[in-house]
Amino acid sequence: MYAFNYHRAKTVADALKLYKKADDPKFLAGGHTLIPTLKQRLARPSDLIDISGIATLKGVKVSKTAVTIGALTPHVEVATSSAVKKAIPALAGLAEEIGDPQVRHRGTMGGSVANSDPAADYPAAVLGLGATIETNARKIEADKFFKGVFETALKDGEILTKISFPVPEKAGYMRFDQPASRFALVGVFVAKFKGGVRVAVTGAGPCAFRVPAMEKALSAKFAPEALEGITVPADDLNSDIHGSAEYRAHLITVMAKRAVAAAK
Amino acid sequence: MPAVSMTVNGKKVSADVEPRTLLVHYLREHLGLTGTHVGCDTSQCGACVVHINGESVKSCTVLAAQAEGAKVTTIEGLADGDKLHPMQEAFREHHALQCGFCTPGMVMSAIDLVKKNKNPSEKEIREWLSGNLCRCTGYHNIVKAIAAAAQTMRG
Amino acid sequence: MSATGIGAPVRRIEDYRFLTGRGTYTDDLNQPNQAHAYILRSPHPHARIKGIKTAKAAKAKGVIAVLTGADVVKDDLGGLPCGWQVTDRHGKPMVEPPHPILVSDIARHVGDQVAVVIAETHQQARDAAELIEVDYQVLPSATSTAAAAKKGAALVWDQAPNNLCYDWILGDEQAANAAFAKAKHVAKVDIVNNRLIPNAMEPRAAVGVYDAAKDHYTLHTTSQNPHVIRLLMAAYVLKLPEHKVRVNAPDVGGAFGSKIFHYAEEAIVTWAAKKVRRPVRWTAERSESFMSDAHGRDHVTHAELAIDANGKFLAMKVYTIANMGAYLSTFAPCVPTYLYALLLAGTYTTPTIFCEVKAVFTNTVPVDAYRGAGRPEATYVVERIVDEAAKVTGIDAAEIRRRNFIPRDAFPYQTPVVVQYDSGDYQSTLDMALKQSDYAGFEKRRAESAKKGKLRGIGLSTYIEACGIAPSAVVGSVGARAGLYESALIRVHPTGSVTVLTGSHSHGQGHETTFAQLVSERMGVELKNIEVVHGDTDKIPFGMGTYGSRSLAVGGSAMVKAMDKIIAKGKKIAAHLLEAAEADIEFKDGTFSVAGTDKKKALAEIAGAAYVPHNYPINELEPGLEEQAFYDPSNFTFPGGCHVAEIEIDRDTGVVQLVNFVAVDDVGRVINPMIVEGQVHGGVAQGLGQALLEGCVYDADGQLITGSYMDYTMPRADHLPTLKVSTHNTLCTHNPLGVKGVGEVGAIGSPAAIMNAVHNALAPLGVREIQMPATPERVWRAIHGARRAAE
Repeated sequence: MYAFNYHRAKTVADALKLYKKADDPKFLAGGHTLIPTLKQRLARPSDLIDISGIATLKGVKVSKTAVTIGALTPHVEVATSSAVKKAIPALAGLAEEIGDPQVRHRGTMGGSVANSDPAADYPAAVLGLGATIETNARKIEADKFFKGVFETALKDGEILTKISFPVPEKAGYMRFDQPASRFALVGVFVAKFKGGVRVAVTGAGPCAFRVPAMEKALSAKFAPEALEGITVPADDLNSDIHGSAEYRAHLITVMAKRAVAAAK
Repeated sequence: MPAVSMTVNGKKVSADVEPRTLLVHYLREHLGLTGTHVGCDTSQCGACVVHINGESVKSCTVLAAQAEGAKVTTIEGLADGDKLHPMQEAFREHHALQCGFCTPGMVMSAIDLVKKNKNPSEKEIREWLSGNLCRCTGYHNIVKAIAAAAQTMRG
Repeated sequence: MSATGIGAPVRRIEDYRFLTGRGTYTDDLNQPNQAHAYILRSPHPHARIKGIKTAKAAKAKGVIAVLTGADVVKDDLGGLPCGWQVTDRHGKPMVEPPHPILVSDIARHVGDQVAVVIAETHQQARDAAELIEVDYQVLPSATSTAAAAKKGAALVWDQAPNNLCYDWILGDEQAANAAFAKAKHVAKVDIVNNRLIPNAMEPRAAVGVYDAAKDHYTLHTTSQNPHVIRLLMAAYVLKLPEHKVRVNAPDVGGAFGSKIFHYAEEAIVTWAAKKVRRPVRWTAERSESFMSDAHGRDHVTHAELAIDANGKFLAMKVYTIANMGAYLSTFAPCVPTYLYALLLAGTYTTPTIFCEVKAVFTNTVPVDAYRGAGRPEATYVVERIVDEAAKVTGIDAAEIRRRNFIPRDAFPYQTPVVVQYDSGDYQSTLDMALKQSDYAGFEKRRAESAKKGKLRGIGLSTYIEACGIAPSAVVGSVGARAGLYESALIRVHPTGSVTVLTGSHSHGQGHETTFAQLVSERMGVELKNIEVVHGDTDKIPFGMGTYGSRSLAVGGSAMVKAMDKIIAKGKKIAAHLLEAAEADIEFKDGTFSVAGTDKKKALAEIAGAAYVPHNYPINELEPGLEEQAFYDPSNFTFPGGCHVAEIEIDRDTGVVQLVNFVAVDDVGRVINPMIVEGQVHGGVAQGLGQALLEGCVYDADGQLITGSYMDYTMPRADHLPTLKVSTHNTLCTHNPLGVKGVGEVGAIGSPAAIMNAVHNALAPLGVREIQMPATPERVWRAIHGARRAAE
């Protein structure tokens, strides 16, 4: 790690003030994306503003229509929340599969989403459920949030505060692991709402994306066989030693079918 | 340099450290608690697992400053005098360690599993260990030891 | 069998310190006033260093010194030596290029050492290393094993045309061809033995200490053989008097071969410690380990087997290209030759074998012995081609093995590839493994899997390996520049407790327990009164270290010899004290007695008399009770056995899951069955890793793609089923313990069993050959390709 200054923020306002004062600051939440990046010396922030102590950004609230998760809620809390399990079991299941137990104890939902790692799990749920991302300044629709590799609609110094996930009739998430890192090589989140079906994919492209052809087919008939023959073109998909674009394209259909079959 | 203070294995400690000091390095270099190991630089191997406020975490992915005020338990803090913790005892009984390097992290991780799941199945144990790498044992005896320790700890 | 002697599953003595966080690994050894070293490494696979500017780095905060290749040249340091010289098919010695500890002209692989910064803290050293300006002229590179010797490949060394280190043969190709002409069937395989990156969980580390008052150096290092490191570093690299250098290998967190070799960093910290007059400490970050620990395997092989109408093997021909990497690591040249071709007979009576090995240089990390070293590669060739033979002849895979096994009563058995096997019972290990794996019931399980939409396969490997590499004179005649004996010193203290000083080194094997059991059994001393000491050249008289599963067979035998000397001396003392003839003295369970009487003396009493020689045959015997022995084996040992793997494949994704694994191994006499089983478990996990998960990848530009755990797949707990491991042992006939060795059998036998199972599952689809690691995409492509071909 390069040297940096460290600050602890008690409130969102406090964090914003510290952010403005620093040259090239970064917010630090659970640190399970940022610290590995710093250890590899892939980033060189002048200041880290530790927001993990801001109590208002933590916790899970469940209503009949939405599950709202504070940005600083660690994955383990979402995974084990009986209210989340009841309202959107696929969301709890997704959180249960992130990284490993120790990562889930520290890593936060906000950190994961704000970072938009192409292989992270949460973006699939955010997009697949059509969630609303709230920041200190505004609300952003999921469809307008993910912009590219590690790129989101968040502006410099904007803090993601919570995300509100609409409760679907049923939803499923299925991930195919990149064997070494166990991030998603391909992850597919499928959600069935009264008004239709949403299908979101992570791991396969520069950032999470939806698959309209699958949504259409599943809206007509919510069953694995409805996806038969529907594939995502390989052209724009990621390709690496663990999976060519062609293989990823194939896996999207396989995982989508399995997500539908597993949807609850 | 900012001061950090925390409770490690029941003892209050504090020191001035560079902000970029990781908790694992604070434990090893400043406190001389070298039982917690560093086996990778990508937060995957789990040799560095300790408990922060009772929960297993990777101390290579936490700044010392982030543990301000926390209760930290390391492998050195488990045994009661000469009496091993049931998990340590089970690892010994079932030959769940060879070179011993991953062992502290394995034990700390396993204790947290059994705290959360008093009667884990073989599958649950194997899945829980996804964040702990071992190159010696093939995990076989580690899984056996954790199941046995869980039984002992259930009483 | 006593509760603590040979054959007892004694719980390990060393575990208490490891379980309580009190193990002492090299990186735990903080020295007063220590400085930290950071190595700047080449980011290029092949580049000329046109200039290095270090001024900025030298002035950076906390920096004590910056050293480069120019300093190495100025101080007239030698390069890292190679310990084995292979002579090629024309009688020419291999090409042996220099291996500098810091390169001054050309960097030859990503990770090659270019400079070292020594600073007050590790972070400061690393910060300063970024300020070193290296002017690289990037050169074309060669990284592919198969293509390195082809026309147009970039040259790694000017002195090695076609990148050839050596072109070596064993056997008579014409005789083999003649046998092939008579064959009814010919089986052929083209296989890749994938390059593995060792990944012992403890990264390598080294601490150099210089004591100016005594002009004495200490190197604490992560090593399997500290005396060898002392010899190589003192005599060849730093040119120091050997008696002024202590090398200490304390607790070592796994090694698997990768910590045999003398590495540049060991010499660098020792050299630098004198230069800066401070202890200098270096610990690899994991990403450094990936690009600086010697890698393993990396063969490309074409093999053919001639078979007669009855399924008997007539002859085998094997053509292998073996990747050496950019430099010759300590034992690299012997791995694809003497540790490989000599095992190509396997457990079979194949009368004629020819093997050609072309060793090539590439711009990659050096390749050397790793967890099986040569023998997994040989086993993979033999056991894959035997399965192919089963296929081409239509004979069951178990049956064709049975027809070709060396019979039980044929030992000692002279193979056509130099070695003579001393004992074995391959029929029984096969039969037991088939029974335990319910081989007969497999088709039913295959049908059940098919109902779930899964492909199922079963695979066998009836392997053999060679341990305890020896004798020194023989290995010397084929190029070893070292002897391969072991030493032991047994010290009986005046009170009768015992210290065992061994040249073997334990880094997970549990020697502190098994060696103590051995001594307890033979000397009748309680375990709690025995301490096994290893790893420190200032304590241990000499040692060749631990590798090639040699510790019990060679190190244990040295202990037996030393104990026999103690007992012989004890008998003389007892005869004197008991006023009896020496010939009448018996020794049993720690007591010397006069045969046929109740006159006796305990070992402790004898020891007391030896150290307080008031009543003592002082004219004939020296006081004291301490004996040393060296043991140089008369032959290798030959563990073998049968591994059976059963796998399931998810057709849609290509994921292979190992669902059952049975091992029945013949490891000779077992000292501690608990430890033996543990050794096999670990080896099998490595075998699974090689077969399904692990594989080092360089891209076309020579960059290491699998440079961290983000891209290099390590076996994890959920990859493995519960393993069914047992032994059926025949004794080694030529060492005093009858032991063979167990450290590597798991890694040697299992990859072929797992891959034979994968092939068995895919064969009905028409898939012929799939290479390791059988990753999901590879398997999916094989299924997909076969389906496409069928359509």
